[in-house]
Amino acid sequence: MLTVQSLRKKFGELEVVRGVSFEVSAGECYGLLGPNGAGKTTTLRCCLGLTAPDSGTITLDSLPVPARAREARARIGVVPQFDNLDPDFTVRENLRMYGRYFGLSRSEVARRVPWLLDYAGLADKADAQIEALSGGMKRRLTIARALVNDPRVLFLDEPTTGLDPQARHVVWERLKRLLGEGRTIILTTHFMDEAQRLCDRVAIMDHGVLLAEAPPHELIEREIEPVVIEVYGEGVGAWFETHARRLATRAELSGDTAFCYCREPEALLATLADAPELRVLRRAANLEDVFLKLTGRDLRD
Amino acid sequence: MTDQLRFRHVVYRNYRVWRKLLAASLVGNLLDPLFWLVGLGFGLGSLLPSVGGMRYLEFLGSGMICYGVMYSTSFEGLWSAFTRLKQQRTWEGILHAPMTVTDIVVGEWVWAALKGVLSGVAILTVMAALGLVRSPMALWALPVMLLTGLAFAGIALVITALARSYDHFVYYFTLFITPMMLISGVFFPTAQLPRAVQLVAQVLPLSHATQLARGLVLGRPIDNAFAHVAALALIAVVGVVLARALTARRLR
Repeated sequence: MLTVQSLRKKFGELEVVRGVSFEVSAGECYGLLGPNGAGKTTTLRCCLGLTAPDSGTITLDSLPVPARAREARARIGVVPQFDNLDPDFTVRENLRMYGRYFGLSRSEVARRVPWLLDYAGLADKADAQIEALSGGMKRRLTIARALVNDPRVLFLDEPTTGLDPQARHVVWERLKRLLGEGRTIILTTHFMDEAQRLCDRVAIMDHGVLLAEAPPHELIEREIEPVVIEVYGEGVGAWFETHARRLATRAELSGDTAFCYCREPEALLATLADAPELRVLRRAANLEDVFLKLTGRDLRD
Repeated sequence: MTDQLRFRHVVYRNYRVWRKLLAASLVGNLLDPLFWLVGLGFGLGSLLPSVGGMRYLEFLGSGMICYGVMYSTSFEGLWSAFTRLKQQRTWEGILHAPMTVTDIVVGEWVWAALKGVLSGVAILTVMAALGLVRSPMALWALPVMLLTGLAFAGIALVITALARSYDHFVYYFTLFITPMMLISGVFFPTAQLPRAVQLVAQVLPLSHATQLARGLVLGRPIDNAFAHVAALALIAVVGVVLARALTARRLR
């Protein structure tokens, strides 16, 4: 459905995308994960033909991009990172007007609007102004708007950033419904739980390159030890130096917390029995651990 | 319909928004020139015997048509277009549909010009109501208004593509629009001005527009009519081409 080969893009001196290749098949949900500034959004914009790559080839739904990007966009849906609903129109008018941009006739759009309103859960808000909607409602409307042309592929750039947990769960449920209908989804996110819930495959991206790519559970098995022991409290530094370094397969001290990645955690846990002042959390490794291992713990601003 | 006419969706979008504010827009478009014409035309005009062989009210009215077109078009192409570009991200949303930067810029260009025409028509209507329009030739002022609108819309969209904030538009108005309004023969004949200023005034778009509109509305001969039309057309085309390139660079 989407093929990207050796994609490169420079803005001025800075090469934001440095040779990215991946493929997404029909009906798949593919997640591009990465910290801010990793090059996710630029990669997505290249796929949509909104930014011209310096080199590399992109094929979207059998059409070469950017050469035939406009035709390709007629068959796909886009949910941008920042809401750009039209505040001069009501909910219903937003959907109708967007259908116009796709060259759909008035009657085609009119037929589709009730379904879209229902999908967004906004049937009773059809005549509301955009500014009267909550953040979650705006997001749902933006997703519904992207479905106005009944696309087979949907691109979402950080679909749940800025939403509260309730709103995020509703968005996830709506997206799963689209996957159930056999549509293809390509999304970027920096929420690991989002990727783990939705994506069939994820790619971790940083500094313009893909660091790893696999189904989420495979990525965890492949890249990281299965058990994580988190230890925090007074004196964690001393404990870390004497025990963690020796007994954990891999250990990191970040602030007041020690992260110990182990295969056999028993020996390490035994040393904690003598240290009641330290608090311990034992859990299974998750995608976030993989992400932090591959992209580091440094802040990205 | 054909691909080349996709810009009409952008015109239609802006029209739909405008229609919501129809009453306020028409009141402003009609009352504003009426006050100017009555106030300046009758007030100041009563002190003046005649201006270049015309009653001052006639002279002023025919100039105000172009001033009205310029003002409405510029406002739409600057503040309103910039709001859709930056504040509301409306253009970004449209680009996610199968539309191009060219479709958007051409749509905005045509729309801003049409808003200018609307203002011009309102002033022409007020003039007709005051008995100042005698020749049916006045209808030829309509294409002149459209051309004037396209010229000013082109310039405005270039400025918008370059602007970082609304503050930039104040410079454009203070340094370009206001002096042009004063020396382009809208309120008094350019012959009153120093020679150097006259030379500058000659090449300004508002001068070309005013000379064309005045001749057509009042049924008087126009010198160099073709040159005026060509100058406005050139400004319009260069403006929209440049605006398209600058907007594409900004949105890439």
